[in-house]
Amino acid sequence: MIEQSLPRRRADAALDEARLRQQAIGIKLRQMFDEVVNEPVPDEFLDILRRADLKKSDKA
Amino acid sequence: MAERDPNAPHGKDEEQAFRLQLVALIPHLRAFARTLAGDPASADDLAQDAMMKAWDARASFQMGTNMKAWTFMILRNQFYSEKRRAWRQTQLDQEAAERTLVAVDDPEAPVALDELRLSLAKLPSEQREALVLVGAGGFAYEEAAEICGCAVGTVKSRVSRARRALQAILEQGAYDRDGGSAADAMRSILADAERLATGR
Repeated sequence: MIEQSLPRRRADAALDEARLRQQAIGIKLRQMFDEVVNEPVPDEFLDILRRADLKKSDKA
Repeated sequence: MAERDPNAPHGKDEEQAFRLQLVALIPHLRAFARTLAGDPASADDLAQDAMMKAWDARASFQMGTNMKAWTFMILRNQFYSEKRRAWRQTQLDQEAAERTLVAVDDPEAPVALDELRLSLAKLPSEQREALVLVGAGGFAYEEAAEICGCAVGTVKSRVSRARRALQAILEQGAYDRDGGSAADAMRSILADAERLATGR
């Protein structure tokens, strides 16, 4: 009995461990991405959009 | 720039709604660009180009459909078409990706994040983008497939290969780090993730 269940328990533990590691990687991956998402947007972006808008109203 | 159709189906209110949505997406476009382009400055150039391409193409966007996926697809296409033009730089891609992902000027940045950036840079670009879209960008496999212009099954297998490869790299420390061994990479990521999860 013990000889049978021990390897299985070990396999389960290894699976849990692998799952835990993947979860940790997932959390860090999102953190890495969100770090940039949470940076303030450089003014340049909105300036460019505004200029595009002005150009359009000039033409009209 | 593309000539605008004077009979574009967008009224003034719709155009304003489009604009607001586009502005709200800028942080996400920057984050995605940062995982593709050579350094933070060219990543922002890429994100700006994509933003303007999306703005110029607004008449072809169906309001109410997924604008985030649409703009990400534009950004990705922009990136790869520029890359094709800059054929001489092709062999530098890997180095460039590493530089960008590592280019964080914050000395206080947690070590685990650096480890992850370095490891991510080691992945083939198609695996990296699939993992970033699904694992960090919050896209469903179907959306990621649309963005990358490939089959859903292809995205699924790229993501799963990327996950396995990333874990292996982290566990073996199979990436360059100035003079140091990276044997503790996985351990510090586990510890950091736990800290984040429990809010300590």
